[in-house]
Amino acid sequence: MVNGEKGVGILFRNFKSSLIFTPLIGLLVLVFLLSILSPYFFTVSNLFNVLRQVSIIAIVAVGMTYAILTGGIDLSVGSVVALSGVITSIFMKKFGVSLPLSIMAGLISGMACGLVNGSMIASKIRMPPFISGLAMMAVVRGIALIVSDARPIFGLPDSFAFLGGGVVLNIPIPVIVTIIVYAIAFVNLRFTKTGCGFYAVGGNEEAARLAGINVSRIKVFAYLISGFTSALGGIVLASRVMVGEPIAGYYYELEAIAAVVIGGAYMGGGEASIVGTLLGALIMGILKNGLNLLNISTYWQQVAIGLVIAGTISFNLFRQRR
Amino acid sequence: MGGKRLAGEYLLEVKDLYKSFGGVQALKNVSLTLRRREVLAVVGDNGAGKSTLMKVISGAILPDSGQIFLEGQEARIRNPQDALELGIQMTYQDLALVDCLDITTNLFLGREICRPVAGMKFLKLKKMRTDTRKHLESLGIKTVKNLREKVRRLSGGQRQVIAISRAVFWGQKIIILDEPTAALGVRESQRVLELIRALKEQDISVVVISHNLHHVFFVADRVMVLRHGENAGEREIHKTDGDEVVKLITGAEFIDRKMF
Repeated sequence: MVNGEKGVGILFRNFKSSLIFTPLIGLLVLVFLLSILSPYFFTVSNLFNVLRQVSIIAIVAVGMTYAILTGGIDLSVGSVVALSGVITSIFMKKFGVSLPLSIMAGLISGMACGLVNGSMIASKIRMPPFISGLAMMAVVRGIALIVSDARPIFGLPDSFAFLGGGVVLNIPIPVIVTIIVYAIAFVNLRFTKTGCGFYAVGGNEEAARLAGINVSRIKVFAYLISGFTSALGGIVLASRVMVGEPIAGYYYELEAIAAVVIGGAYMGGGEASIVGTLLGALIMGILKNGLNLLNISTYWQQVAIGLVIAGTISFNLFRQRR
Repeated sequence: MGGKRLAGEYLLEVKDLYKSFGGVQALKNVSLTLRRREVLAVVGDNGAGKSTLMKVISGAILPDSGQIFLEGQEARIRNPQDALELGIQMTYQDLALVDCLDITTNLFLGREICRPVAGMKFLKLKKMRTDTRKHLESLGIKTVKNLREKVRRLSGGQRQVIAISRAVFWGQKIIILDEPTAALGVRESQRVLELIRALKEQDISVVVISHNLHHVFFVADRVMVLRHGENAGEREIHKTDGDEVVKLITGAEFIDRKMF
């Protein structure tokens, strides 16, 4: 019979074999341990604090998920975070442009970076994503420093603070933005033809090509999305600190990659889960927060994060080989 | 050159094909005919030119000279897309399926059923799954249980079956299979071969490359032999036997029966 198994059994089996199994268990264990170890951890104010801190990396990691899903990587995200914050600030401060249009300008600057990056990777040049990303990382950082005269841009209009610092129904705006971005990405990847295309291109590029999928377009689209989410993260960051900072976003690419990989993605492409990425970002944020609460030095925090990355990946690989 | 030929005689006719790679003459004056609803086996030793011939027909390689006629009309096949549009599909063992997608999405890959909402093309997953189930049942495929199973988790035989049914699903007239049973066990091979035979009911013609003469005799209506890039003979399957085909393959005048 060509029929689907039904009931809870199949659901559980699918869940156990799904990418998010490891990060979800990891997150639950982490939350459980920290709740026991620190009385301050499991409180509403602290949890919102964590979420607010996590949101920017989480938003950036959405684009990184797309890039890694297609078998690539986007190393330029940190620089784009800086550029978009700087551009938005300059438009508001120096050009006196309205808030929405300034934000739009910041987003467009990020998408332009993604478009250039994706074009180098997907066009006839076929530049390896790693190299293309390195180049973009340097160029975009340079542009952010040039347009800002290498100085942070202060004195942004008060209305701008809403995006990073405001709350709606007691929920911080960055958290709401994160939820919206993840919801859209989830629906896009799970339920649309384009989403299917990302998996196909990452899973078997030649098969995708033979099936008539426009591989180049899918790849450019992935980096365009990455440029957009990086810019969005950058603008939220600028709003939170109320500074257009040309040296913002250093090492964000590494944190975003860590979130995606902890979330169960395969660096070779074709396997990544948007929910997994969110869990990955949460694990890293909660780990940092917990270690802070436990008064553990930032040096040890670095060690802990490295161990968590190595640990989850080992566990995932072990599970897959079984 | 070119022009019309008697329509209906052959579904596919390949004439006077030449192809060389550098100094190596891979195909020398090779011809091939394929009738409607026929399974044609192409056999030959390694390097006999079988794969090159198939790649020319499926558009993956351009020949140096030669003609291809489809239903009597000369066909220009310059790339795989041309071949697909003419209804010719080559199914490669590794290149046909995307491991990380499930059976349904693989079957529909590139041609998904969608409902556009706000600029996004939403998949009609329910409809796609029902169609997949119907299609697999119409081919008598019973080994696949869960349509949401990722293709990676399927056995080699199941993958091959899905790859073939995909070509059928998209209405291809000619399916070319390069060693479809190469990596499969006995039972799995049997299933794939039965599926190939069942394709006749769907009005599909098949060209299959195989090294396994048992499989050739089970599945084919006719066998065509290549040797050193040239036609070495062609036999109706019920008018020949393994010995004769082996002779054609090796070019030996006679075979000492004691060898076997």
